[in-house]
Amino acid sequence: MGRFLRRAVAAFVILSAALGALPAMAGPYEDALAGFVTDEFDDTADAIAKVAESGDPKSAPLLAALQDGRLMYSAEAKKVYIKDADDKVTDAATGAAVDNPPADIDSVRLNNRLRGLLDGVMGSLTLMSPDPGVRMDAAQSVFKSRDAGALPALEKAIAAEKDPRIKRVMNEAHAAIIVVSDDAKPEERIAAINVVRDRGGQDALSMLGSISGDAPPDVRKAAADATASIERRLSIWSAVQNTWYGLSLGSVLLLAAIGLAITFGVMGVINMAHGEMVMIGAYTTFVVQQLIRTYNPGLFDYSLVIAVPLAFIVAGAVGIVIERTIIRFLYGRPLETLLATWGLSLILQQAVRTMFGPTNKDVGNPSWMSGAFELGQMTITYNRLWIIIFTLAVFAALLAMLRFTRLGLEMRAVTQNRGMAAAMGIRTARIDALTFGLGSGIAGIAGVALSQIDNVSPNLGQGYIIDSFLVVVFGGVGNLWGTLVGALALGIANKFLEPFAGAVLGKIAILVLIILFIQKRPRGLFALKGRAVEA
Amino acid sequence: MIKAFPLTRLLDRSAAVFLVLLGAFAIAIPALNLLTPDDAALHVSTYLVALFGKYVCYAMLALSIDLIWGYAGILSLGHGAFFALGGYAMGMYLMRQIGARGVYANPILPDFMVFLNWPELPVYWYGFNYFVYAALMVVLVPGLLAFVFGWFAFRSRVTGVYLSIITQAMTFALMLGFFRNNFGFGGNNGLTDFKDILGFNVQAEGTRNALLFISCVALAVSFLICRAIVSSKFGKVLIAIRDAEARTRFLGYRVEAYKLFVFTLSACMAGVAGALYVPQVGIINPSEFAPGNSIEAVIWVAVGGRGTLTGAVLGAFVVNYAKTFFTSGVLAPYWLFMLGSLFVAVTLLLPRGIVGTYEFWRAGRHERSAAALSAAAEDGVQVEATPPARQAAE
Repeated sequence: MGRFLRRAVAAFVILSAALGALPAMAGPYEDALAGFVTDEFDDTADAIAKVAESGDPKSAPLLAALQDGRLMYSAEAKKVYIKDADDKVTDAATGAAVDNPPADIDSVRLNNRLRGLLDGVMGSLTLMSPDPGVRMDAAQSVFKSRDAGALPALEKAIAAEKDPRIKRVMNEAHAAIIVVSDDAKPEERIAAINVVRDRGGQDALSMLGSISGDAPPDVRKAAADATASIERRLSIWSAVQNTWYGLSLGSVLLLAAIGLAITFGVMGVINMAHGEMVMIGAYTTFVVQQLIRTYNPGLFDYSLVIAVPLAFIVAGAVGIVIERTIIRFLYGRPLETLLATWGLSLILQQAVRTMFGPTNKDVGNPSWMSGAFELGQMTITYNRLWIIIFTLAVFAALLAMLRFTRLGLEMRAVTQNRGMAAAMGIRTARIDALTFGLGSGIAGIAGVALSQIDNVSPNLGQGYIIDSFLVVVFGGVGNLWGTLVGALALGIANKFLEPFAGAVLGKIAILVLIILFIQKRPRGLFALKGRAVEA
Repeated sequence: MIKAFPLTRLLDRSAAVFLVLLGAFAIAIPALNLLTPDDAALHVSTYLVALFGKYVCYAMLALSIDLIWGYAGILSLGHGAFFALGGYAMGMYLMRQIGARGVYANPILPDFMVFLNWPELPVYWYGFNYFVYAALMVVLVPGLLAFVFGWFAFRSRVTGVYLSIITQAMTFALMLGFFRNNFGFGGNNGLTDFKDILGFNVQAEGTRNALLFISCVALAVSFLICRAIVSSKFGKVLIAIRDAEARTRFLGYRVEAYKLFVFTLSACMAGVAGALYVPQVGIINPSEFAPGNSIEAVIWVAVGGRGTLTGAVLGAFVVNYAKTFFTSGVLAPYWLFMLGSLFVAVTLLLPRGIVGTYEFWRAGRHERSAAALSAAAEDGVQVEATPPARQAAE
């Protein structure tokens, strides 16, 4: 019988809530609201406490409104309203919008005592919030503020917390308060220091640094140990971070240099217009994106996938034309080749400047390349990660091509012994053109990747040409693996020098080191041995 | 026979013609500027005097490049660095001469140092208030850098394009350095607002003409030094090194010593050219170190004719006059097309350059059969004479 009655009541409540026409049921939350109507500070304080205890999901927005001075009351209608940022008024009890608020509506006044009370209550309210994201944020904000007033609420929240990740953050926040509190017992503080130590990071360091000098000696000792341990971990992380940045820079260098390793390293042709091939690839990406934006914006995320083969074809075709019209007349005259291709680079730059204008072009990142994620204590951006993967893929594809395809075989044959290759029936002139086209095409692909991290302007290529040559020379001419090692080594060395010397001086130091290195090993890190050296 | 006529060996026909023309130029331009009234048909404006002065300095830079590239086969793509270093040494002297007339009226510190709140003059600026010291530095600093750089490079047999690439890296590194404010050379603004040189106002007409004349004299002296070197036995060894370095070494010559000497001398010459350039253009800034500038200077030599000395001077004048002509008019956007095509056309179609082609043609008119041999052996216009073995090694 009793059970039936409860069910009936429950059904009635659900029904009335669904209909929304009947007055809301009076619960502790609704009762508490009456305290705001009198606009007396003591009543308001009681009301705040009651609202907080009610556990009603509407209480957090209500108290937030009160903090911001957006909680309104009407003494005549004995009702409380919440005004949002757009001046729309809702009934605090029901949450229903009120179109014609009473004329005597006014905001509930606060004083400093109430504000302090509100802050504490808000902290604990959000710590107890049913939304895990809100609880996480609240715990983190307590960790930063280290507000001792939040301690009781925090302890209550820790006891109630189920989610292990949030619980950990709350424990850390709890420890953060204890660590700097001189009232806590030494054992508690040492335990708290250990928690903070395990968390690590700059925040933890500054927290440990703020422990006052008159703390008990064993607390101070624990703090000093924890500081040393955190600093050790930080320095390891910064080394990891530098390595990552270095790999990222090295992959960019590798991308720019890899095509050059073919034309310079394998063919022995100094192509000063190599940077312009990179630029052509970047501009191809720009054109592809423009067309996609105009005709089919939905394809934008695939723009790079479309641009890669196109850039290869465009830059490769330009390369083949250059080889057929200029470079083939200059084989065996490297210094003349250098000058002619430099002139060519001026022409190509100016041509692009005439066609597209001298300003930087806007090349967008597809959605899968923007953003970042956290790994330990460092941030990894997706575009850098993709570029590293892409570079290694291009490198592997090139190696496989040289190793396993007929064209690759013929290329190696012509490189090693032109006369013999010709005698075996290989059309060396065709192979020359294709090899140069391949090197240029890879430069074009590099341009697609570089368009994502650099400014796309007619000068794009110039910034890479000296670096690329140094990478190839450093790694050893005629050796793709040398180029890989050379690029990554230079990238990492650059990033490790930067913190000591600054970006520009670091770069100068690298240049000087390479100049000295070339004196020591004129044929690079991985010099070809045997006849190839002199033949 | 050669010993009996050292003067004719030093001054062959084209060298004599060149010196006469240069002398006429050095006297005629200032005379036409100073002695004719402004509205006379033949009057040369002061603007042109400064412009020609600039060309003469460029010609000297080209000459220094021709000495090492045309005769020793060292293609330096960083000679602009030596030029700029000489220019900076002169610029430092000129900065110190401003004295209290600067914007901040500091008698010791140049304006940019006051602006950067430097308490005192850096040590390496000491002495630059004396012209003699500055003039010494103009020669010493580029010379020392070239000596150290060349000593390392030639000793470890860095040749051909490898040398070209590391000289590019050298000038690039210097450019990055000089762009920095804390290097103490005025950062990216460089050194400018010069007032006087040796007590004469740098802006004055008389000073400009005098500077042009002095530049011409310096060019003539450099030319004679180069002639003396290339027409001596030493010069023959250089040509041997250019055409077959390994073979020369096996014959017992210390190749690196020969190369180091001409490289250092050439750098000193470039430094002097830079020092004369700065008071005439009134500014020196780090963009003079730009790798492109050095490569452009090489093309002057290629246009005029590599390994002819006179060709380098001619090439510098022709290309720079074309540059001034095209960049000042409606054709400005097409200048880089022109310059680029010049690089390609000269290397493909005119590998001997203007003077080289002329000499080749003149020699061929008399004795066409012997022309190729004598041109290669005597004047050393080397185009495809490199033996195959060395080509591939490069």
